[in-house]
Amino acid sequence: MGTIELVATRYRPEQDVQPWEQRYTVPCSEDMSLLDALNYIKDELDPSLSHRWSCRMAICGSCGVMVNGEPKLSCKTFLRDYREAGVVQVRALDNLPVERDLVADISGVVEHIEAVKPWLIRHSTAPVDTAHTQTPEQMARYHAFSQCINCALCYAACPQFGRNPAFLGPAALTLAQRYNLDSRDEGSSERMPWLNAEEGVWSCTFVGYCSEVCPKDVDPASAINRGKVASDINYGVNLFRLLRGKSDA
Amino acid sequence: MNQQQADIVIVGGGGAGLRAAIAAAESNPGLDILLLSKVYPMRSHTVAAEGGCAGVIQPHDSLDAHFDDTVAGGDWLCDQDVVDYFVRHATEENLRLEHWGCPWSRKPDGSINVRAFGGMQIERTWFAADKTGFHILHTLFQTSLKYPAIRRCDEYFCTDLLVEDGHCAGLLAIDMRSGEQTLIAASAVILATGGAARVYRYNTNGGIVTGDGMALAYRQGVPLRDMEFVQYHPTGLPGSGILITEAARGEGGVLTTCDGYRYLQDYGLGPETPLGKPQNKQMELGPRDRLSQAFWHEEQAGRTVATERGAAVYLDLRHLGEQRIQERLPFIRDLARTYVNVDAVHEPIPVRPTAHYTMGGIQTDRHTATCLPGLYAVGECASVGLHGANRLGSNSLAELGVFGRLAGEQAAERAAQGLAVDPQRLRPQAEAQAAGREALRTANGPERLAALRDEMACAMEAGIGIFRVPAQMSATIEKIAELKARYQQLGLKDGSRAFNTEWLQAIELGFLLDVAEAMSHAALARQESRGSHQRPEDFPARNDALFLKHSLARQQPGGAAEVSWQDVVITRSAPGERHYGGTTVQGANR
Ligand SMILES: Cc1cc2nc3c(=O)[nH]c(=O)nc-3n(C[C@H](O)[C@H](O)[C@H](O)COP(=O)(O)OP(=O)(O)OC[C@H]3O[C@@H](n4cnc5c(N)ncnc54)[C@H](O)[C@@H]3O)c2cc1C
Ligand code: SF4
Ligand code: FES
Repeated sequence: MGTIELVATRYRPEQDVQPWEQRYTVPCSEDMSLLDALNYIKDELDPSLSHRWSCRMAICGSCGVMVNGEPKLSCKTFLRDYREAGVVQVRALDNLPVERDLVADISGVVEHIEAVKPWLIRHSTAPVDTAHTQTPEQMARYHAFSQCINCALCYAACPQFGRNPAFLGPAALTLAQRYNLDSRDEGSSERMPWLNAEEGVWSCTFVGYCSEVCPKDVDPASAINRGKVASDINYGVNLFRLLRGKSDA
Repeated sequence: MNQQQADIVIVGGGGAGLRAAIAAAESNPGLDILLLSKVYPMRSHTVAAEGGCAGVIQPHDSLDAHFDDTVAGGDWLCDQDVVDYFVRHATEENLRLEHWGCPWSRKPDGSINVRAFGGMQIERTWFAADKTGFHILHTLFQTSLKYPAIRRCDEYFCTDLLVEDGHCAGLLAIDMRSGEQTLIAASAVILATGGAARVYRYNTNGGIVTGDGMALAYRQGVPLRDMEFVQYHPTGLPGSGILITEAARGEGGVLTTCDGYRYLQDYGLGPETPLGKPQNKQMELGPRDRLSQAFWHEEQAGRTVATERGAAVYLDLRHLGEQRIQERLPFIRDLARTYVNVDAVHEPIPVRPTAHYTMGGIQTDRHTATCLPGLYAVGECASVGLHGANRLGSNSLAELGVFGRLAGEQAAERAAQGLAVDPQRLRPQAEAQAAGREALRTANGPERLAALRDEMACAMEAGIGIFRVPAQMSATIEKIAELKARYQQLGLKDGSRAFNTEWLQAIELGFLLDVAEAMSHAALARQESRGSHQRPEDFPARNDALFLKHSLARQQPGGAAEVSWQDVVITRSAPGERHYGGTTVQGANR
């Protein structure tokens, strides 16, 4: 099965003045994920290494870390892909304070998500005992944007957020758009102040790295861009994605 | 020690806890509602539910039909008054989620679509592609943000309940970031901590699903009910246990042996249905207990497929075609590709049964109250009496809404009576418990955490698995007792406070061992075969004369669990035979 070197950036607030690196040798089989390797270290080599995880199936969003410099879900990253590199460098997500070891402080990201009023806003009353009608085409307008697992990889990728943590950032702006584009929602004017504020969409310089690292094909860059032009261009893009089967109909 | 106060504390930010919080805030916006969870709410394992959420909606369906399916599916161990309440309120909860923005999958005309699910005679499973739990959880989390009455303690780990004058008066929790212990006093506490399938080696559950709430209640003398009933899901990925949803079969996927034979027809679930034409309650849409048991027999007979990660059968979706797979089951395709390197469009997916769901849990009345005043329990951690001996897929997500709402309302009512205890009075017991936790953090005995955990998981798999054999059950009971003793000799290496996950995992292992104890004792005590509890060697048949009863496991001070029995509420459906496939199967020992 072979082995691979894993170098983790450690930081324990009670003991360490600054981050340091620790090297581990872990088994490397064809189907071992980085998360499996971190759990192996925790169980067999060094129980003091802290990392977050739960679902181990790329849906809970807990396990984001930097892997050889790229933001990734550890449960969806496989050691086999690093055999050639020979070493896997792991550290907490960039652009966020570190709580400990591989655990980044995501409270700021969650606050941004909370700030954009990410819930369905209705002024007319909703039907009580029936569902709204929403055709697959109407759902296609926002569906990709509703797939976000709040993993914050896009924040680790975003140079703008790195410079200015007050920038609402990719996931929060995408979530605002998710509701703005929902045919059942009547709240986009209430969300506009956030989108248009200095910390809103106009801070984005459209680097696009957020969409590249997103493990769920949410494409936050297009959501933000769409917020800027507030036009229907991306409707076509989303519908195309949907028909291609990126999401359900 | 930090100190806080709230009217209601809800432990758990999954579907059940969030729904309870919203209900409490809606019924009394003046309350101070604290939602406490060891992970950010959207990480809760509700997120992993794939298939769907039940609720009668088609004109040719009826509440009676949903009732009948649930009661028969539960092998008549469901409390029928609870099932009645449940089926009457399930659809309105699904509609509420719709009004809150849940992207339920639609028909071309924009109305709600439903899919077939195992054990349901008519399609009534609402779905959001194959990420139903994910969408429900995020919808609830995002909706909860609009209620100022709800505040959160994210990444707080509850370690103990506090009881004063026979009432639950609050709890003790660790703020994971700092490692500080916090006393939280409250008029009402709702446990919504989810299931416990991590007691097993192979399971579909996330790492956080460790039975915490069950153990917290059990330690306060609250009985755990029907703990012997653990559902094995027939289609998990070998090795990891990652779930391949039943919806894959609802959409027409078939199960075959290594040579392509649809073996379920040999287990009373036939006749074989044509490819691509699944029939409700037949073949692949039979109930989960039957399908998992059939796998076991096939494995004994050597007809399973040998994979690197153990024996498996094939789940074949190929005849559905790429478009339908991509439209209805995109997450499944992605999971199979990522975790077993199989593209379901071109190859069958290897699957095997894995531990999935705990039917039992903290005993509550039909209004979610436990026998400890002030303590409520809801969701997978609770046993409200809905699922009986076998849960039907898609009933448990619906349970979160129906009973989550009820728990929130009940707790709000209690909190309005102003029964809060002065936190100062709770201080002495909290300090005593906190000292125990501190001692564990720096424990330096010879036993290793990971070793104990793995030994427990293997023992549970061996003794309390799909089929239960007396000698193995007894061996498991002994093993759990041994592990509990060795747990007292743990040695932890970390010793720090901030985000010390070794410490938290050690506390979780303590919870798991208590849950394993309750499960194994209840399994041994139930001398019959019913639903997911099968004893082919010594008690192969259902025995209504003696065991048409709920088991209650109570912790004995210093000793193992004691099991007693509680009557099942039967209102209008007398115990009968479970009908699946074209024939009748009774006793389920085949
Ligand atoms: C893979 C999978 C697929 C499923 N698919 C379906 C389906 O299609 N249909 C269906 O009906 N059911 C399905 N189920 C079952 C259903 O999803 C669960 O029963 C349900 O989601 C449980 O919800 P819950 O709110 O009770 O618990 P959870 O969502 O597990 O939430 C538990 C919460 O409690 C918190 N918690 C636990 N312990 C502590 C502690 N000590 N301190 C603080 N917080 C704590 C956790 O942080 C979490 O927030 C599925 C289950 C699995 C595992
Ligand atoms: S947009 Fe993508 S990368 Fe960003 S938080 Fe959501 S899922 Fe993660
Ligand atoms: S562990 Fe849940 S996303 Fe990786």
